[in-house]
Amino acid sequence: MLYKFDFSFLLEKWPAFLNGAWLTIQLTVLSIALGFVVGTLCAVARVYGGRPLRLLVGFYVELIRNTPLLVQIFIVYFGLSSMGLKLSAETSAVIALVVNMGAYTTEIMRAGIQSVHRTQLEAADCLGLTRLQSILHVVLLPAIERVYPALSSQFVLLMLASSITSQISAEELTAVANNVQSDTYRSFEVYIIVAVIYLALSLLYRLAFKAIGLVIFERRRRLGTAL
Amino acid sequence: MIQLNAHHIWYLVTAAQWTVLLSLIAFAGGALVGLPIALMRVSPSQALRIVAGGYIQLIQGTPLLILLFLTYFGLGILGYKLAPLVAAGLALTLYAAAFLGEIWRGCIEAVPRTQWEASDCLGLGRFQQYAYVILPQAVRIAIPPTVGFMVQIVKNTSLASVVGFVELARAGQIVNNSTFEPFIIFCIVAAIYFAMCYPLSLASRFLERRANAGRASH
Repeated sequence: MLYKFDFSFLLEKWPAFLNGAWLTIQLTVLSIALGFVVGTLCAVARVYGGRPLRLLVGFYVELIRNTPLLVQIFIVYFGLSSMGLKLSAETSAVIALVVNMGAYTTEIMRAGIQSVHRTQLEAADCLGLTRLQSILHVVLLPAIERVYPALSSQFVLLMLASSITSQISAEELTAVANNVQSDTYRSFEVYIIVAVIYLALSLLYRLAFKAIGLVIFERRRRLGTAL
Repeated sequence: MIQLNAHHIWYLVTAAQWTVLLSLIAFAGGALVGLPIALMRVSPSQALRIVAGGYIQLIQGTPLLILLFLTYFGLGILGYKLAPLVAAGLALTLYAAAFLGEIWRGCIEAVPRTQWEASDCLGLGRFQQYAYVILPQAVRIAIPPTVGFMVQIVKNTSLASVVGFVELARAGQIVNNSTFEPFIIFCIVAAIYFAMCYPLSLASRFLERRANAGRASH
């Protein structure tokens, strides 16, 4: 085994990697934000909605959670375009990631919402809050706080899974790596570097979610304890 | 252009066999490597705990796709020409081992402390403690989440298509190249994945409910 590692292409290519990491951050932050909104709405529908709505959301969640993200991306990108809806690779990537993220968030948030004690809702009823007001002001924040660790690890997993969108050549870190790899033929070195960047990104995301948690949840900030 | 016909569907179904095979390889490999990882994580030796913890952090912090590229292109260049099946099996094994190791660590730690103390009092050695007292109880706790994780394995075998291994997702691409009806084809592919994964999801949920049946629900 006489393989010489050669990282010299980095001197020339490091801006490409940096740019790729930035593109991945943009892609995933957008997908996480939208996916969280979709998932929270679906979770509320799943818990408080009428029977048809509950069934519909359940169907959506099971469908997405039991099929691979790669196939979902193909359906959005190739499938929809063959039906006349032409979307760019980036738009398709965001749509597929949001739909995927939404399903997982629904399940997590449903658990959070169901963990809010019934007496809280009864108290909100007694105070004369409408259903919508009690969901917004009484249920959601404690629900999010309780499942926040699960949510943030799901967000990190989504960031890692976004590498799959390189398969429809959406612009992000893995796609950049594939380009550099075909320029330099140093595939092993290129993917080692990309692996390190993804590691750094997942660390960054973990820290960021921790910081966001401290800002949002007063109890955690003041007492340092979970709900 | 060729019309989509029953032969194409049959081709997809046969390709699904490779998905099943790859899933079984990944699960068996992952279990084989994952159990030592889990045991190292709860070991009294700090060095072992750090090594296993570092491995888990490393694998869980990088995308499976990159792991797959590293095993396929990387090892190929290092002089080992790996067949796509071997490279994909290796990457999925490393991936599954990290996640199963972490799941099983939780299950081992969920066995009450008193069980360790009682088996200490009976004079059992560490190996005997694991074999006769701790692991039999941990396995019962571990079954539902393990079955649930098998769904992730089956879905993630679709990434092996990227290195040219012809499993279900790749077969879908091949059929698509000759018929160009991507929407229908990838929906069929998704349906076949669903048919494989949904029973596992249901089984996991059923087992979990049964395991919790003894526990009083609030």
